[in-house]
Amino acid sequence: MSASSPVISCRNVWKLFGANSKSYLKTLSGNPSFEEIRAAGHIAAVRDVSLDIAQGEMLVIMGLSGSGKSTFVRCLSRLIDITGGEVRVEGQNIGQMSEKELINLRRNKMGMVFQSFGLLPHRTVLDNIAFPLEMRGQDKHACRARALEVIELVGLSGREDYFPRELSGGQQQRVGIARSLAIEPDIWFLDEPFSALDPLIRREMQDEFLRLQAILGKTIVFITHDFDEALRLADRIAIMKDGVVEQCDTPAQIVLNPATEYVAKFTAEIEKSRVVQAQVLAKPITEASAEGRPIDGSQTIHSLARMLVNDTRDFLPVAAQGGVVSGILNRQDALDVLLGADT
Amino acid sequence: MSEQTLQLPKHQPVWNHQRTAWSILIFAISIALFKGVLPAGFVRLPDGLVIPFADGINAAFAFLRDDLGLIHVTRAFADMVEWLLNVTGNLLYGKNRWPRIGPIPWTVIASIGFVVGYALQGWRLSLLTGGTFVWIAVMGQWKWAMETLSVIVVAAPFSILFGLVMGVLAWKSRRVEAVMNPVLNIAQSLPHFAYMIPVVVFIGVGPKAGAIVTIIFSVPPMIRMSLLGLRKVPEEVIESGHMCGATRWQLLRHVRIPTARTEILVGVNQVIMQCLAMVVLASFIGMPGLGQKLLQLLQSLKIGRSAEIGITIVLLAVVLDRCTKAWATKQPAHFEKGTPYVVRNKFLLIGVVSAVLFLALAQVFPILDQIGRRQAFTISKPIDAIADWIIVLIDPITQWLRWFLITWVLIPIRDGVLWLPYISVLALLAALGWAIGGLRSAAICLAFFGLIALSGWWDRAMITVYTVMVSVVIAACIGFPLGIWGSFTPRRSSAALLICDTLQTFPSFIYLIPVVMLFGVNDVAVVGAVVLFAAVPLVRYTIEGLRQVPETLIEAADMSGATQMQTLWHVRLPMALPTIMVGVNQSTMFSLFMVIIAAFIGTQDLGQEMQRALSSTDVGKGLVLGLAVAFMGLMVDHLTTTWAHRKKQALGLI
Ligand SMILES: Nc1ncnc2c1ncn2[C@@H]1O[C@H](COP(=O)(O)OP(=O)(O)O)[C@@H](O)[C@H]1O
Ligand SMILES: [Mg+2]
Repeated sequence: MSASSPVISCRNVWKLFGANSKSYLKTLSGNPSFEEIRAAGHIAAVRDVSLDIAQGEMLVIMGLSGSGKSTFVRCLSRLIDITGGEVRVEGQNIGQMSEKELINLRRNKMGMVFQSFGLLPHRTVLDNIAFPLEMRGQDKHACRARALEVIELVGLSGREDYFPRELSGGQQQRVGIARSLAIEPDIWFLDEPFSALDPLIRREMQDEFLRLQAILGKTIVFITHDFDEALRLADRIAIMKDGVVEQCDTPAQIVLNPATEYVAKFTAEIEKSRVVQAQVLAKPITEASAEGRPIDGSQTIHSLARMLVNDTRDFLPVAAQGGVVSGILNRQDALDVLLGADT
Repeated sequence: MSEQTLQLPKHQPVWNHQRTAWSILIFAISIALFKGVLPAGFVRLPDGLVIPFADGINAAFAFLRDDLGLIHVTRAFADMVEWLLNVTGNLLYGKNRWPRIGPIPWTVIASIGFVVGYALQGWRLSLLTGGTFVWIAVMGQWKWAMETLSVIVVAAPFSILFGLVMGVLAWKSRRVEAVMNPVLNIAQSLPHFAYMIPVVVFIGVGPKAGAIVTIIFSVPPMIRMSLLGLRKVPEEVIESGHMCGATRWQLLRHVRIPTARTEILVGVNQVIMQCLAMVVLASFIGMPGLGQKLLQLLQSLKIGRSAEIGITIVLLAVVLDRCTKAWATKQPAHFEKGTPYVVRNKFLLIGVVSAVLFLALAQVFPILDQIGRRQAFTISKPIDAIADWIIVLIDPITQWLRWFLITWVLIPIRDGVLWLPYISVLALLAALGWAIGGLRSAAICLAFFGLIALSGWWDRAMITVYTVMVSVVIAACIGFPLGIWGSFTPRRSSAALLICDTLQTFPSFIYLIPVVMLFGVNDVAVVGAVVLFAAVPLVRYTIEGLRQVPETLIEAADMSGATQMQTLWHVRLPMALPTIMVGVNQSTMFSLFMVIIAAFIGTQDLGQEMQRALSSTDVGKGLVLGLAVAFMGLMVDHLTTTWAHRKKQALGLI
């Protein structure tokens, strides 16, 4: 397997809830709407989703509640059997795995964090975190040592002996995160991990999460219904509606070029300049020429605002990492993003 | 104002079944009116039509027992149970069997009781638990109580294990559940005696039979609670187990069952309470212990002594109930880091130390080992004196009450019920069923009572019906006002609920003591016992129903200027009715059980026949009678739940 091939790859994944949905799906042709399917007595939770997730990428799935996010992520780990299509994890079709292979995959490759934590109430923090290791049959001593390591990592040292009900929500979710990390998974699923937390704690947990990701660099599928959260974390965002992925792209592309009306409405409230970086707007050097001091391409337009307004040049050179000029920014484009284009 | 205030109950039950129901009712009445001119077949089922269910059951049992050799299986199981009973018997009351080290001195058991109570909930439970054992020892009832406990100690774990396994099976397979559900429904409405007869056939009489009937009787609630608990485990917890790579077995063992802990322990609580109720009654099949003593003393009208035993049984019931409930609700808590071993395990250590201490002391002071009959206290004399005094004092009232009840209530109603042609009764029930739940309910009522008619026990069954009816009506006359009174302030209602809950833990047998004391051994005493027993759930659910009425509704009524009485009549009671109906349902169930138990103080209903079947070990007859009682209960259950469901729908509660 080459380094560039995707870690997870979905092709035409369908999930319908209802009796005999497999045979019903075979009768479908074209692109039936959510309502048509519902009229036939099925709930279309995931409809014809195809996307790839690359090694080390953080894909954020967004959508209103009921749009099928949880169902989709459960299809990726086969917590739910899909109705149609296929899901490959590291090249293997997980739909065809035996129960044993599946358990092995989960024991060694996957970790998941749940919205309401999913902790075992009768086990201490330490025992909860050691649980996946125990399931693998590791010896007690090794389990304990590894669990303590992860506890340290998520900042819960000193609370090993607490029971879940003795912890605050944020702390409980730290346990959930620690447990999902205990087996050192390559793929990490997080289903609205911070939605049940207070806004202040949510922010703190996001920072914590970014810190962990910087250390660990895992392939991540992160679910949220909070756009700010998505923008803070995502490499790419997939926006779902009624089981369909409406658009899957980088945050900047989503706010600049919404693929559908729904996505446009979804992103209407967003201040684009905070999302779009200079390098996204930059044109290739060949199209125009610019002089003077280059600007840092990874800065958002918003953070360059003062400079853009005061500068008199029409075209600005944009530097990539290392200071090499990689493109030219039309100042008017940037100001349009900053102030909103006249329509 | 909130949404809720818009849903003030309106009297709008539009049963479109009413016309049919009325016509059936008119049919029933006309059959009764023209009884004289109708052929005899309309009045009582012709003998030719009676189906000999009992013979069939007997043949089936004989086949099971002899041809299939089930008796060897049951014998083997019974032998194992007996061996265990011998062990606990030796330890608890010094039965002369292996391991021959008992009996354990009473002070050791009492001190462990103190420690267990404290560990589970604190000082109060500690005093209650330890104090109960002290009371038992001091009153000279140690041996009987230990005979009773030695059976519970063996029976409860078996029931818990069977119940858990069957609960898991029912949870795993919808098909098993579909079969198990109706069986459990019937099993839980069969009177105690119906269980005893087959056991006597297969095992005989004595402690071993008592233990086995106890095991069988107490399994159903455990199955239900395990199933409920397993169903309630949150989806995300199970998914997290899957994602941790748990196999099916690991998931069950480490995720599902521990997470269902509370429900499972509530099941354990119910098992133990059922065990106690049954083990007391098992005295009818030769089970020694408190129940047997109580039975003997009651039959010879020794009120003081039976009251002493009654107190012991009540104390044991409360202790077992409180301890297991405390265990069920106890949540795990952590120890601070670096807490030494001694502190972490302090209760275990204190328990061991005090046990060893008292074991040693008992060697020196025999009084700490066992208290003989001579050294024991008794309060039977003062109780007898007080009882006599009370009896003399209220004798005019009881005499009058007895006369009034017998001549003006019991006999007329009984004669009336017996006078009715069976077709009339069936039609009446069908009309009632139709009015409540349409064709389906009418058919269910007809099927249940039709089977009773076909069994040939119509007259006996009617006597049971009349006793239960009279008792529930009297219980309602007492229970509703009490419940309404109890619901007025939160303090009062929580106190009343506590009392009711405690009363409900008492084995049914206990309720016979005060009524026998007041009324002697006759019909009125039976009705009295049933009324007492049946009033408790009525009070309980009336209070619960009234307290559950949403505050906003009551505030809305207050704002509309309703007086307290108006609020009660027009808002609280209608809203509480569905819950009160649950009380009526339970009350009827309890009455049926109690009527059958009370048979030994003299009734002429199904209970008396059941006693006869028990003494002649006639399985077929016993089961037919038991099923007849169960059908009555199931019919009432169906009618009340259907009614309550419709009412709730009409009120917008569901
Ligand atoms: N087990 C199920 N049975 C039937 N319908 C389901 C089930 N789980 C989810 N659904 C339906 O699928 C749709 C998507 O649900 P979900 O994936 O939970 O959405 P989200 O996580 O985006 O809120 C919803 O309409 C939901 O009602
Ligand atoms: Mg969800």
